[in-house]
Amino acid sequence: MFQIRIHGRGGQGVVSASELLSVAAFEEGKYSQSFPSFGSERMGAPVQAFARINDTSITIREPVMEPDMLIIQDPTLFHAVNVFDGANTQGYLLINSSKTLSELGIEEMSSLYPKDHIAVLPATELAIKYIKQAKPNTVLLGAFAALSQMVHMPALEKAIRKKFPKKIAEPNILAAKAGYRLIDAIER
Amino acid sequence: MTQKNTAEQTVKFYQTGTFTVGNRLLDEEFRTVQATEERSNSIDSGHRACQGCGQALGARYALDTAMRVTNNKIIAANATGCLEVFTTPYPETAWSIPWVHSLFGNVASVASGIAATLKAKGDSETRVIAQGGDGGTTDIGFACLSGLFDRNDDVLYICYDNGGYMNTGVQRSSATPGGARTATTMPVGEHPGSSFNTGKFLPAIAMAHEIPYVATASVHDLHDLERKVEKAMSFRGARYIQINVPCPLGWGSLPAHTIKLARMGVESGLVPLFEAEYGELTQSTKIRYQIPVEDYLKAQRRFAHVLKPANVAQLETIRALAEKNIKRYALL
Amino acid sequence: MLQQISGSIAVANAVALCRPEVIPCYPITPQTHIVEHLSSLVKSGQLQDCTYENVESEFASMSFCIGASAAGARTYTATASQGLLYMMEAVYNASGLGLPIVMTLGNRAIGAPINIWNDHSDAMSVRDAGWIQLFVESNQQALDVHIQAFKLAEALSLPVMVNMDGFILTHAITRVDMPDQEQVDRFLPPFIPRQKLDTESPLSIGAMVGPDAFTEVRYLAHHKQKEALTIIEQQAEEFANIFGRDSGGLVKSYFAQESDIVFVAMGSVVGTMQDLINDLRSEGYSVGILSLRSFRPFPANAICNALKNAQQVIVFEKSFAVGMGGILASEIHMATQRYADIQGVQISSVIGGLGGRTITKQSLRKLVDKAKQGDLDAEVFMDLEANTVVRELKRQQDEQSSGPVAENILRDMGVVSASKTH
Repeated sequence: MFQIRIHGRGGQGVVSASELLSVAAFEEGKYSQSFPSFGSERMGAPVQAFARINDTSITIREPVMEPDMLIIQDPTLFHAVNVFDGANTQGYLLINSSKTLSELGIEEMSSLYPKDHIAVLPATELAIKYIKQAKPNTVLLGAFAALSQMVHMPALEKAIRKKFPKKIAEPNILAAKAGYRLIDAIER
Repeated sequence: MTQKNTAEQTVKFYQTGTFTVGNRLLDEEFRTVQATEERSNSIDSGHRACQGCGQALGARYALDTAMRVTNNKIIAANATGCLEVFTTPYPETAWSIPWVHSLFGNVASVASGIAATLKAKGDSETRVIAQGGDGGTTDIGFACLSGLFDRNDDVLYICYDNGGYMNTGVQRSSATPGGARTATTMPVGEHPGSSFNTGKFLPAIAMAHEIPYVATASVHDLHDLERKVEKAMSFRGARYIQINVPCPLGWGSLPAHTIKLARMGVESGLVPLFEAEYGELTQSTKIRYQIPVEDYLKAQRRFAHVLKPANVAQLETIRALAEKNIKRYALL
Repeated sequence: MLQQISGSIAVANAVALCRPEVIPCYPITPQTHIVEHLSSLVKSGQLQDCTYENVESEFASMSFCIGASAAGARTYTATASQGLLYMMEAVYNASGLGLPIVMTLGNRAIGAPINIWNDHSDAMSVRDAGWIQLFVESNQQALDVHIQAFKLAEALSLPVMVNMDGFILTHAITRVDMPDQEQVDRFLPPFIPRQKLDTESPLSIGAMVGPDAFTEVRYLAHHKQKEALTIIEQQAEEFANIFGRDSGGLVKSYFAQESDIVFVAMGSVVGTMQDLINDLRSEGYSVGILSLRSFRPFPANAICNALKNAQQVIVFEKSFAVGMGGILASEIHMATQRYADIQGVQISSVIGGLGGRTITKQSLRKLVDKAKQGDLDAEVFMDLEANTVVRELKRQQDEQSSGPVAENILRDMGVVSASKTH
């Protein structure tokens, strides 16, 4: 079972990201599950969402305690929340930032991960470019596909089209593709 | 008037199964629907209402009218209260129409639910009536009633207003008139009886919802009551009729005085009769012979203390209320 | 058809397949998505011949259901927590009148302190209300059991409440197999009411019943619930024949009959327990689960039958009766005494997951380990922060005006407080 935990802030599409991931995995014939860390919906508050992908059915309901993939949608959270709590450091680390790991001050943790399991990309800037909104989620999902190969772009596109009306879906697909290309191009 | 001299009239009992005569001594054209052999019969005789119950009379006339104009296609929902209790002494029932009682405070919603079913099933013939006393309407059932008005559900809500919780032993409701003695507003202390400047007048609140039809009626004028129910049934959507129904038990009046008291309430100006459509007043019934409020009050023990010289201020307040009504609804 | 959707949408679609005719609703977290989706289905014309009404309160909502059902409509609504309490009088009335209303309860804690998260306090608050109360472990079961609920309600002329863990199930996006209309129509025939407000054949419903007959009327309500024990099993079988899935039924055993240590639980926690016992059994533990799918009627015989070989029973529940303890635990106790006289079984009552506290595999595993060593207490509050409790008790001992408990504890625990720190 592959477990994903997404950290972000209310309004960044964290919950939608986990949903899109689970739907994409479903589209590829896998079993998947996604759910948010539940709370009153407030813009800007730290938010988590979870997803699991598996070849057989999933019964567990606890939040993802030991994520194989950590997606950090907002790097300011490094100072607010222990995002690495329980993380499987043999897994993956995907960060939305235009800074380097050392600039982010997380080298101590990130050095535990295999180098080719880490991706840092300016997803917010790309989101603004493609969808004209500071919602980095679909860019990061594209990057997720490239980094982990747990889901693939065609399924992700399908999931985005299912969730959003065409006018919103198309720019988001472009954003996801941009995220994918950026990470896929990196020599590993 | 083509009315015959009653002394010369041959008394003929058209109505079977009862000894009441009432207006059957009139020519047919002046009779209420109740006086014909063909009359419908929503509430059968044998129920357990008190002698002189204004509500029993009002309910029968109102529902029989609704039966007549819908060709017997009405369903009634009832709030907990006198009408519910006295019509359904287990295992008997006085109702010859489909009738449901759920709770005290929810009759408006139950009726809305029935209307929703009729709508879902495409039945536009069958109509729904909700009924409750003033407590079940103005107090505990107020939220549900306001919701019914808000949604403009196709229900006629009838409130039988006797100014208190008579079924539980005469306590104050928000429709109890100022000054009246009830078990929770006894004529003791500095301000005997129910407080003034409290309470709510639901017909005005109903009008504020801008529902298709609002009317007040009184059991002393059954023609007027029948006409108003008939008119209400000609509208679709939420409608509200409040009927002034004297309660000998709660008012401390003689059972034989029910009709007289109902009339005196109106003629004193304390019980305005009017109609409103979509929030606008369309008609009010003029007072034929205005009477002093004390004449009305003195026939009721619940106001006995008001007529004592020491409480003249209370009497003045009640007079002022009558004047206000007369002015507001143009009753003279 | 396989779909990857939220529990709420799955339930709303399943309800729509049941052809409800009247749906009143009032929003309350966490069930709101269900009624929102149904509203769209009705408004868009996908669900026809259905009156949908957003009413002014839960009390009105259930009262609306009462009128609609009495007039002969297949009627549905959903609520949770405070909403259920607000409609309580009508909840009792609906079952007393024998009206086959189906209601989803998106299980949530009851305040004060106000809490929007999942536990079973709401469901337990109506345990004596005369409704059939079913619990589901997963979203697949949630949608399946709703389809069965209408059939069950109408067979018995009793209201049925489907309990579905708020957030954990309602908001979780998982794979479900959505049946088609033809299958549902085959399973669920049109509603023929046992009693109906009908101008062609006028009935009085809701008369006062005095001491001379009240006992008999109430006994019949009990009798009907006992009949439901058989009907629930029959319908689960019939459902399996048409839909090819095991959903519903009274209880579900996961190695319960062949294990020394057996969890008894209701709802989604069973899923986490399944994950745990797969691990534990591969490590050689003799541990199983008995999932209660029907809480009312209480399937005492089926429970005892499943527990007869157990040495230790861990009754895990997400609510408790303050001043008494585990509700389910005491009912299981009663059942084992009265119905089966199971000798020597140890029953521990574990309260956990209150107000949405995460139920981890790790904490559940500790319970099993303790039970194995024979030191699991008779009453356990799982993951209770004892220090916090002790500190507040001391504060109360030291100061008469120690302030509101909830705010004191939030301050102690460093959780962002609802009120200002003073």
